[in-house]
Amino acid sequence: MSSTLGNDGITEVRTAPSEVRPLLELKDLAITFDTANGEVPAVRNAHLTVMPGETVAIVGESGSGKSTTALAAIGLLPGNGRVSGGSILFDGEDITNASEKRIVELRGSSIGMVPQDPMSNLNPVWKIGFQVRETLRANGLPYSTQDVAKVLSEAGLPDAESRANQYPHEFSGGMRQRALIAIGLSCRPRLLIADEPTSALDVTVQRQILDHLDRMTDELGTAVLLITHDLGLAAERAHKVIVMYKGQVVEAGPALELLTNPRHPYTQKLVASAPSIASRRIESAKKLGVATDDLLAPSAEKADAKDKVIEVKDLTKVFKIRGSWGKSTDFTAVDNVSFSIARGTTTAVVGESGSGKSTVARMVLGLETATAGDIRFDGVDITTLGRKELFNFRRRVQPIFQDPYGSLDPMYNIYRTIEEPLRVHGIGNAKSREKKVRELLDQVALPSSMMQRFPNELSGGQRQRVAIARALALDPEVVICDEAVSALDVLVQAQILNLLADLQAELGLSYLFITHDLAVVRQIADHVAVMEKGKLVEQGSTDEVFDSPKTAYTQSLLAAIPGAGLVLPPEAA
Amino acid sequence: MTWYVSRRFLQLIPVFLGATLLVYFLVFSLPGDATAAICGERGCTPAVVTALREQYNLDEPFWIQYLLYLKGVLTFDLGTNFSGRPIAVIIAEVFPTTAKLAVMALIFEAIFGIVFGLIAGLRKGKLFDSTVLVLSLVVIAVPIFVLGFLMQFLIGVKLGWTNPTVSGDATVSELILPAVVLGLVSFAYVLRLTRTSILENVKADYVRTATAKGLSRKRVVVVHILRNSMIPVVTFLGADLGTLMGGAIVTEGIFNVNGVGLTLYRAVLNGDGPTVVSIVTFLILIFCLANLLVDLLYAWLDPRIRYA
Repeated sequence: MSSTLGNDGITEVRTAPSEVRPLLELKDLAITFDTANGEVPAVRNAHLTVMPGETVAIVGESGSGKSTTALAAIGLLPGNGRVSGGSILFDGEDITNASEKRIVELRGSSIGMVPQDPMSNLNPVWKIGFQVRETLRANGLPYSTQDVAKVLSEAGLPDAESRANQYPHEFSGGMRQRALIAIGLSCRPRLLIADEPTSALDVTVQRQILDHLDRMTDELGTAVLLITHDLGLAAERAHKVIVMYKGQVVEAGPALELLTNPRHPYTQKLVASAPSIASRRIESAKKLGVATDDLLAPSAEKADAKDKVIEVKDLTKVFKIRGSWGKSTDFTAVDNVSFSIARGTTTAVVGESGSGKSTVARMVLGLETATAGDIRFDGVDITTLGRKELFNFRRRVQPIFQDPYGSLDPMYNIYRTIEEPLRVHGIGNAKSREKKVRELLDQVALPSSMMQRFPNELSGGQRQRVAIARALALDPEVVICDEAVSALDVLVQAQILNLLADLQAELGLSYLFITHDLAVVRQIADHVAVMEKGKLVEQGSTDEVFDSPKTAYTQSLLAAIPGAGLVLPPEAA
Repeated sequence: MTWYVSRRFLQLIPVFLGATLLVYFLVFSLPGDATAAICGERGCTPAVVTALREQYNLDEPFWIQYLLYLKGVLTFDLGTNFSGRPIAVIIAEVFPTTAKLAVMALIFEAIFGIVFGLIAGLRKGKLFDSTVLVLSLVVIAVPIFVLGFLMQFLIGVKLGWTNPTVSGDATVSELILPAVVLGLVSFAYVLRLTRTSILENVKADYVRTATAKGLSRKRVVVVHILRNSMIPVVTFLGADLGTLMGGAIVTEGIFNVNGVGLTLYRAVLNGDGPTVVSIVTFLILIFCLANLLVDLLYAWLDPRIRYA
């Protein structure tokens, strides 16, 4: 692109302008993990070039080797991983087999890193300031209190000097990520590896953080290797996108070109399933292909306006926060919230973390008692239910939680996990229960050979399918999905959303969908309720809310969806 | 914090009352006449027995006896044992020896346990790790009196590096061997606990981040792995301090250490109720204080824990 050398026949100059040397170059990189089952190749023939000041994104689902590739560049492969082939060149220097000393020298000062999960990447027992200071100190920079505060405030942390004296748990997720960005950029590295730097954050915070990161790296001229599973985000932020699949680079090129004209089948699939503002409600029955007319009836129409399966009125939840000497202050987590769910439809409650949306879900599930207001299930106020009635109510309203790793008992095999609710509620005998479990597995498209396996042998998507099967075991009428797909990769997320839509059409389920992800809402919900700081600020049909958001808050949420402004090819819509 | 500590101290009151009541009741229910234990095989004259019963309130009902005992304790009068010596004096005499022994054992198990555990954890699966794991298992599996007699015989008798038994003065150098024997089993536990904890922390995300910041391996290990790994270990050590302070009947027996354990053992054998109750109560209070210390240490090690 910068070859302006003219056309006097010097052909060999075209490819390599001598002054501009790639900052990072991976050539035929292969990475292998030694496991109990022998060597497992994680990355094969990975090619990648990052020019100085350039932002390059690696996109792929988890297990695609994208993080492994990036971590190899600063010698941070886990203990059983090693580079088994190819080479890593940093600024022309081969660091594939560099000594530990050389790598330590490069880390921090030449190659910085912003890790994925802000919750687990700061050491909980040291103050933020300490963790910044030791970075400056290790890389031979001045490390006075002012220097530390300066680094933190550059990363957009307000009131940095006093913040530096706090511990990580006193920070919100966004603030922690800012601290991590501060650390990553504190020594002015020439290359920054940003491994899913915002995937654990709310959309609006994500946008702020990424904007700030963009601005800082622009000013400092830092090259960025951005690792993400979010194609929209990659296209929006990077000059060049590299798509990885099963340890191999399947496609690479300028961001927009790749997005509008994906060549490799995997990239095409990725582009197609990327949820975006343009997506429409999943029409499950049609995709099912077996649907007859009565099944085809769109769920929204099926809903009789009077048939509200759940009605929430003036719901309020006040938590007491304990202070010193036994004093307590009130914190209103949910403030006068009213909404309803029509039978057979999906209502989504959207909001950022701390908006009270999960507390609403917990109260509707009867796991938390409401301070005021009532929740009517089929016309009966569940806050007045006795023990036995509550037990029966639980049978009809079932949850699916966010973390498919945490919500399944690791000691229970899949059969036992799904069978447990049946046993608890005394349904059928051993034989009929086994039959039911088989049916359920079939419904969520898992083979019945899965029954004897344990959660740790399953992928995230498979686990979430098990969680869905468990929720459906009791033939509930309402399923409450608390961030049920937020921990999953786009492709898996799309599969699970389709599954949920199919099940809704098949079983006439009503969903209460709690999520922070508006793109998901667009695909699954009929109605949307937007929550901010405990209050319900807007609600209406999905189309209304998306097409003409009334409050500024909803508008900012919509604007923050990564890739919202990008024009996608028609197939993706 | 002040509130927390004062609340913890207030909690000592019901613990104290409950413990004394329970132990007092157990001793009260022992079969046989308490005076028989005092008088021994030759027996006393009826007049002496009556006087003794009077002195120790043995004719009163249980509640009165207990309340009289409590009154004594609250006025710092622990009473006398059956040979007429003030129990407070006995405790003051034997406790320092036990405390010395306990602290030495604790230092031994803490230093060696943590250092060995750290090295083993960082070199998982290597020779050092496997050797240490097997040896610690052996230490845990073999009864303490076997190890005690074995070490007394080898080091004290055969090699003659130290006295096989401890004299009345119980000097520090004499106590080294008993302290090692006493701390041996806990050492094995501390080692294994540290190793497990290190293994867990080595894989933590913040350790990788610390490495990515450009810190040296040594600093990452000491600052980011070791401190975080100490939390469960400190809990164990604190609880162990309470146990060690209670004296070790077997170890004190082998090395003839005149400590709390041995004294308590003799008192139980003699049916010496007042001594048993007082010493046990004293030990319970020590145990509670040791636990309070652990909880405070805990908060210091892990700032996420704040007591209000």
